[in-house]
This record gives sequence, structure tokens and C-alpha cells, in this order.
Amino acid sequence: MRPMANGGNVEEPRVKEAKHQSRWRAHVVPLCFVAPAAILLGVWLVYPVLFTVVRSFFDRSGEHWVGVENYVALFTSDFLVTAIRNNAIWVAVVPAVVTAFGLILAVLTERISWTAAFRLVVFMPMAISLFTAGVIWRLVYEKEPDRGALNAVIAAGQETLRPVGELAEAAPSTDAVREHPPGGLALAKSLKPGDVALLGLTQIPTSDVRKSAVDAVRPDALASGISGVVWRDFRPGGGTPGTVEREELGLPAIAVELRDERGEIVSETTTAADGTFAFEEVAPGDYVTSIAAQNFARPFEGISWLGASLVTPAIMIAYTWVWTGFALVVIAAGLAVLPRELLEAARLDGASENQVLRHITVPLLAPVLTAVFVTMLINVLKVFDVVLAIAPGSVQDDANVIALAMWRTAFGGKSDFGLGSAIAVLLFALVLPSLFLNMRRFRREV
Amino acid sequence: MTASGIRANVRSGSTRSPVAATALRWATKAPLNAFLAAVALLWLIPTLGLFMTSLLSPVEISQGGWWRVFSRPALITVENYRDILANEAIISALTTTLLVSVGGTTATLLLAAFTAYAFAWLEFPGRDWLFLFVVALLVVPVQMTLIPLFSLYNDVGLFDTVLGLILFHTAFGLPFSIFLLRNFFLGIPKDLFEAGRIDGGSAFQLFWRIALPLGRPALASLAIFEFLWNWNDFLIALTFGRDTQVVTVAIFSQLRQYGSNIELIAPASFLSLALPLVVFFAFQRSFASGLLAGSID
Repeated sequence: MRPMANGGNVEEPRVKEAKHQSRWRAHVVPLCFVAPAAILLGVWLVYPVLFTVVRSFFDRSGEHWVGVENYVALFTSDFLVTAIRNNAIWVAVVPAVVTAFGLILAVLTERISWTAAFRLVVFMPMAISLFTAGVIWRLVYEKEPDRGALNAVIAAGQETLRPVGELAEAAPSTDAVREHPPGGLALAKSLKPGDVALLGLTQIPTSDVRKSAVDAVRPDALASGISGVVWRDFRPGGGTPGTVEREELGLPAIAVELRDERGEIVSETTTAADGTFAFEEVAPGDYVTSIAAQNFARPFEGISWLGASLVTPAIMIAYTWVWTGFALVVIAAGLAVLPRELLEAARLDGASENQVLRHITVPLLAPVLTAVFVTMLINVLKVFDVVLAIAPGSVQDDANVIALAMWRTAFGGKSDFGLGSAIAVLLFALVLPSLFLNMRRFRREV
Repeated sequence: MTASGIRANVRSGSTRSPVAATALRWATKAPLNAFLAAVALLWLIPTLGLFMTSLLSPVEISQGGWWRVFSRPALITVENYRDILANEAIISALTTTLLVSVGGTTATLLLAAFTAYAFAWLEFPGRDWLFLFVVALLVVPVQMTLIPLFSLYNDVGLFDTVLGLILFHTAFGLPFSIFLLRNFFLGIPKDLFEAGRIDGGSAFQLFWRIALPLGRPALASLAIFEFLWNWNDFLIALTFGRDTQVVTVAIFSQLRQYGSNIELIAPASFLSLALPLVVFFAFQRSFASGLLAGSID
């Protein structure tokens, strides 16, 4: 619009010019402020979202329209069904656990003098990347108990309860000795009083044989008892299996059991330095002589945390370790602004700490707890880094989650952009409801 | 008198002497303190394990657990760190990570501050709707954008470049930053801008001389956040880089041959988490308050 001189309403053209210019500026100036960000958001967020939705209806090459075929595959291919099922487990467990831990720790830390230090320690994993957190926990979960801290702790506990047997690696030297159902190794042939039991073993490392051991001796038969020997049936340079020979060591302090025909233990003893033992005064009958099971107790071999069956819980523990600090700090901030008088009044009225927590603290904190829970819900739906960092390649199919399935489908060798887009859209659809929760809050603040 | 004051009186009235009262309080609190100390240890040990492992020689790592350093401190060596600082791939990865983090943070803050100022103090049609739309973009998962941007990056030559990573981080940092800064700018008294305008200041001058300096606290905590997010990224760098590797991706490519090269993975991982930890401990106050501001995102 050009400025026009108007006889009746005298206005300097220059003023009008300025007014027009300022109106023009009123539009252009804000545009200059907003445009750079708008371009970035348009190209990096808006356009890709629209493109991905469209792309999800095409095949992997992008040339052929396949309708909802990719979406059908989401719920039919094993690979994706596992991912969706695992993610459902994540959603069911992790947000609730993280929120609960946060609440419990927030309430408990209010009662100690080193509150700030404690919260700092638990919050610390929030600062490091989820990927690195994954590497940290991969070390914790190492299978061998002398390398993985978690299995080392379990091994220490187990070995106190059940020490490793001296014969952990031993095996029978002949067919005359074999495993038997109650555990341990037994003579295959049953014995009568007066017989001699020869329990030969091999595959015992020299280091496992006690220093007190001396050469084995074949014991004399007893008139009304059963005698025998447990020995290392191995002679350097060869020998005859099943025969006690020179230079073969007896195995001392080995628990030996004598069982009757019904399998009941009638007598127990331990071997002497030369490996011999004797059950005196045995009633007539048939008996089984066996080396007790505890001698063969194997060392703890380590739980395979990163095996197919435990990998998802293992990753969830690592993830909880990272996010509990977030829940703790947010809930503690909510707790700090609660009306103290109300809590104190309830305590004065005789409410227990438990009742105060359940009937006052939690209801008052409900908005904060919901916010933490919803935030965690969305985080858990998008879980990715920590799974890829912890799960070894061989169990990634078992540990799969939606975000990981999307990445592996599109970029992990399969290069299927059609199906990859459909998985991304599924993920988007799952987190979209949070938009409406957020909007309520943002509108209040606008 | 407050309720807690009353309670304190009731308590002290029921005990005989201050010493007994202290002892009683200590005794009742001991189990709680012990429990929380155990929890704190649980939170420290995994990271400690990584650090101790990084201080063992490759031979020692293969022979047993890191906890042996407590009984045999002589096992500690900085050999792995010496090796890793001579490892070109890791050094270049650390440099790339730093470039991407600093570049992304600077660009996000600058663009977000401009936009947030416009949303807060400039008048233009559709302003509030546009703002809501920008905030709504917060819910877009990164996965929704990977495929189109992968193709786009390849077409325009941004694939496998530091600039490509910076632009991606900038765009994804914008919605949250704009939201936070706009709300902060709104809190600046209107009079200050009025006075500036009467003095003949342009919109840009008002932004530069009033909004930015006063927005320093918000900008600072945002800078920490953006820096940590960018530094800790894995997915974006993994997707849009091949030879341009950030440190998490470099570690990941080592992780694929896990077991043989833990002497490289452990120190590299520790280096990659050392900077965030330093930033975190140095700025923990802004960190926590920023987190609360953005607790629903």
C-alpha cells in the first residue's frame, strides 16, 4: 500500500511512511529472531516425522507401496514380537520400581545427617552416558567369579555355606566305580562284610592332593567289617588301573559312606593318610560303599547374567541404577515443600511412620510421583543405548526392545527402511499420549 | 511453637540426660545409617570397578578381579592410560566428541535464546500457537527422524561429518531450550524493556543488552545440560558417522570384540565419563534445578 495525501485529514507522508515501515518491521524483526530455529526444526524434526510416516507404507527399497504390510510384520515376525514383549516387561517393571526406590530413598534420607552426600552419590550415574553405564555393568556381570563382581559376591557366599570339594575334578579310574543316585561315586558291586573296597580315582591335579598324603596301601580284609582304600590311581609312566601300586598316593580325609540295601546310610568314616578306611562290625548283608557327594562339590561357576534368559532383568537393573537418582532428587524436592505440620500432627496423634507415608505423604506427593512415573515410562519405551552396550551380540535377539529393533532393522545390516519406519511410528504412537499430559502443563504456563 | 518444636520437647522430656538421649538417638538410627551406607556403596562400586579395572595391566585383568588392588596396591599401573593417550583413534574420538558437544551447545543456546526472546517479548501473529507447536516437538523420538535424515545427509554430504552431528544435536536441543528460556525471559520485569525501548533500543539491542545478561542463570544450567546430552550421545553419532566417531561409538566398536581388549575399553570408558562427572560435581546445583524445571519432558 502506498501512502496517499488526504486533503481533509492532513498527515505528513513521511509519518505514514514511518508507520508503514514500523508495521513492516513488526513482522520482519520477529521473523529474523525465529527463522533460524524454525528452519532447523522444520528440516530436522517436522519433515522427517512426516516422511517416516509415509515411508512406513513402502517396501524396503521405497519404490513399492505395500499398504499396512510393514505394520502386520510388527506383530507377526518373531524378531519384533520379542522386542515388543520385552518392552512391555520393561514398561511393567522399571517405571514403578524406579519411582518406588526414589520415594523410599527420599523419605529415608530425610532422617540422616548426610542427606546431601547420599543423594549426590545416587544421582551421579545420571551425569554419565547410558552407554558408558552399560559398559560399567557389563563388567559387573562378567560370568567368571574371579572377574565379575556380582558373581564374585555370590561365589564368596556360596563357598562359605558349601566349601569346594577336594575331589571336584576327580573321575573314576575304572568301571568298577561309578556315579550313584544319592550323589558321589560308589562301587558298582555291592559288598558283604569281609570284602575290600577299592575306590580308585584319576584326574586329580597334584596341587589338589593334601601334603599329608602317603603312598596308598591295600588294606587287609576284616572278619566282620568292610575295609577299603580311596587312592589316586595314577602312576607316572603308566600302571594298571584298579590296582593299588607303588608310588600311587592315598587320598586322606575323604568322607566315605556305607549304605544298606535300602540306600540308608549305616556308617560314615574318613580316610587315613594312606587313603584307607574301615567300617568295623557290620551286620551281614549287601552294602554299597561310596565316596560322599561333598567331596566332589564343584566351585561356583558363575551365573550367566548375560545369557538369553537373564539378560533383560540384568539390563533393567543397570537402567534402574542410572535413573533412581533422578526419581530421588525430583521426589525429594517435592517432599521438601510438603506442609510439615500435617505430618507432625499425624505423628503426634500416634500414626506410625508407615501410616504417615501411606496416608499422608504419598497422596500429597501424587502429582510429583505421577510426573516421575510418566517420565520413566517414556524413557523406558525409548530404551536403547544400555541394551546395545550390555547385551553381547549373541543375545541381542533375546534382549531386543523396540528402539533397538528399529535401529537394527534400518541400520544394522538389514537396511529395511520400510519396516524400520513402521517400528519408529509404533514407538512414536506409544510415546504420543505424553504430549497431552505435557500440553496441560505447558498451557498452564503459557 | 511449631509442631516439630513440640515434638522435640516431648522427646527430650522422656529421656533422662543429654548423653543418654544422644546415645538412644544414635542407636535407633544406626540400622538406617547402615542400610543407606550399603545402598550408597551399591551405587559406587560399579563405577569404582571400571576405574580399578582401567588401572590394571592387561595380564592382571585376565587373571582376576579388580578388587585385588585393595590387597595388592602394587598392581596399580597407568600403563593403559599411557597406551590410550597414544592411541590415535581414541584421541581423535575424544576431540570429535568435544567439538560436537561444544558446537552443538553453543548453537542450541544461541538459536534458542533468539527464538525464546521472540516468543516472550515480540508480538507477531500465531506466536503462542507456534510456541505450543515447538514444545510439542519435545515428544518426537529420535528414531522418527533417523531414516529420512540418513538419506538427506547422504544426499547433501553431511553424513560422517562433525557439522552433521552438530546440526542434529542443535535441532533436537531446541524445543526444550526454547521452552525453558522463554519461561525465564517472561520473568524479566517488563519495565526494563520499556525503558530500553524509550531510550531508542532496537529489538536486537534489547535482546542483547537486557534479555541475555539477565538470562545468564538459565543459560548456564541449560549449557550444562546440553553439553552433557551432546557428550553422552551414542545413537545419533552411531547412525550418522562412520569414520567420524565420538568416544562412545569408538568404545562400541571395540566392545564388539569384547574380552580381548578390556584394557582399552576400561580406560576409554573412564575418560568418557570423567568430563561429565567433573561438570556434574562442579555445577551440581544448576544441574539439579535444571532437572526439576525439565522434569516433565
